[in-house]
Amino acid sequence: MYEFSYVKPASLDEAAQLLANHDDAKPLSGGMTLIPTLKQRLAQPSHLIDIAALTELRGIEVTAGQLIIGAATRHIEVATSMTVRTALPALAALASTIGDPQVRNRGTLGGSVANNDPNADYPAAVLALGATVHTQRRAIAADDFFQGVFTTAIEEGELITRIAFPLPTRAAYAKFPHPASGFAMTGVFVAETGGRVRVAVTGAGPGVFRWREAEAALADRFAAESIEALVVDPSGLNADIHAPAEYRANLMKVLASRALRAILNSSEGAVA
Amino acid sequence: MSKVALTVNGKPVEVEVEHRTLLSTVLREALGLTGTHIGCDTSQCGACTVHLDGRVVKSCTVLAVQVQGQSVKTIEGLAPSFDASGARLHPVQQAFSECHALQCGFCTPGMIMAVTGLLQDHPQPDDQQIIHGLEGNLCRCTGYVNIIKAVKQAAQMMQA
Ligand SMILES: Cc1cc2nc3c(=O)[nH]c(=O)nc-3n(C[C@H](O)[C@H](O)[C@H](O)COP(=O)(O)OP(=O)(O)OC[C@H]3O[C@@H](n4cnc5c(N)ncnc54)[C@H](O)[C@@H]3O)c2cc1C
Ligand code: FES
Ligand code: FES
Repeated sequence: MYEFSYVKPASLDEAAQLLANHDDAKPLSGGMTLIPTLKQRLAQPSHLIDIAALTELRGIEVTAGQLIIGAATRHIEVATSMTVRTALPALAALASTIGDPQVRNRGTLGGSVANNDPNADYPAAVLALGATVHTQRRAIAADDFFQGVFTTAIEEGELITRIAFPLPTRAAYAKFPHPASGFAMTGVFVAETGGRVRVAVTGAGPGVFRWREAEAALADRFAAESIEALVVDPSGLNADIHAPAEYRANLMKVLASRALRAILNSSEGAVA
Repeated sequence: MSKVALTVNGKPVEVEVEHRTLLSTVLREALGLTGTHIGCDTSQCGACTVHLDGRVVKSCTVLAVQVQGQSVKTIEGLAPSFDASGARLHPVQQAFSECHALQCGFCTPGMIMAVTGLLQDHPQPDDQQIIHGLEGNLCRCTGYVNIIKAVKQAAQMMQA
């Protein structure tokens, strides 16, 4: 690791001020992506601003039909929170599949969404549920937030403070985890919210994306058969040592069907 | 450099560290607690697993400055936490020994810390819970079969 100065601000204002004062400062949340990146000398921040304990970034609550989760909420907290498990069980189930226990005990919602790894799980939930990403400056709709591999609408010095998830009538996430890391080789989140179906795919393409053909097919008929009838064009999908693009194209259908079967076979209509 | 005060295996300690110093480096080099192993240094293998305020973490992926005021337990503190004199092994250590849940032993300290964490959340885990709970720990020798056996035996010993 290159040298840096670690600072632990006492408030969100102070954190924002520190980021504004130091061009090369970076927020540090759970550190589960940032610390490995620093160890490989792939980044050289002047300062790390530790935001993990800021009270403004913590907490889980349901208000006005939305589940609101602070950016510094750890994966384990989302996975085990009774509030999340009751209001949005598919999100709790998703969080319980991230990485491993050690990673879930440190990693945070805001860190994962800000990082926007093309194989990360949370971005699929944020996009499929049509969530709103709040920062200290503004509110950003999920459709505008994710902008491709490791790229988001977040600007220099901007901090995700919380994410507001509208509560779906039914939702489920299914993923094919990479056997070593747990990251999604492909993951599909299906959600019906306010009568509208949205389907988001992570891991398969260059960044999370909405699968419009699946959304249209499910709006016609909300059943696994609607997905199975679709043809997925593999061009533009990811190909790497783990799987060719055709394999991921097939996984999209398999996982969307699994998510639908989970929804339609469960009494609560919301498991992963 | 900064001073960091923390509790390690029940004892308060204060160390002077560079901000980029990892918790694993403090444990091994400043405090001589070399039971915490470094297997990969890329956050994958879990050999460096310790408990931070009672929860499992990979100590190679935590900065020492992040744990100011917190409490760390390493493999060296496990038996004494169970038996004040430290004369007896912790049941998880005992079960690993009896079930032959190790060969070279390199992964073992991290594996045992992960298992004690798993048993806090699931005192009587089934196979799936054990496999899911140990996903962050790699073993290159045993094939895991005897590790799973040891977890079940330890769970029984701890219930008795
Ligand atoms: C072994 C391993 C396995 C993993 N498996 C999975 C998996 O299966 N699925 C998955 O989705 N992820 C996985 N991850 C990644 C993990 O979920 C990380 O926790 C997550 O990507 C980053 O969150 P963090 O809180 O640790 O962020 P950090 O590492 O602290 O930060 C990540 C980036 O986001 C920025 N940032 C952090 N918080 C904010 C904020 N509030 N506002 C603006 N910017 C911010 C930081 O500056 C940094 O650039 C894995 C990681 C490891 C090490
Ligand atoms: S040494 Fe920490 S995870 Fe391998
Ligand atoms: S016993 Fe050798 S790595 Fe596990």
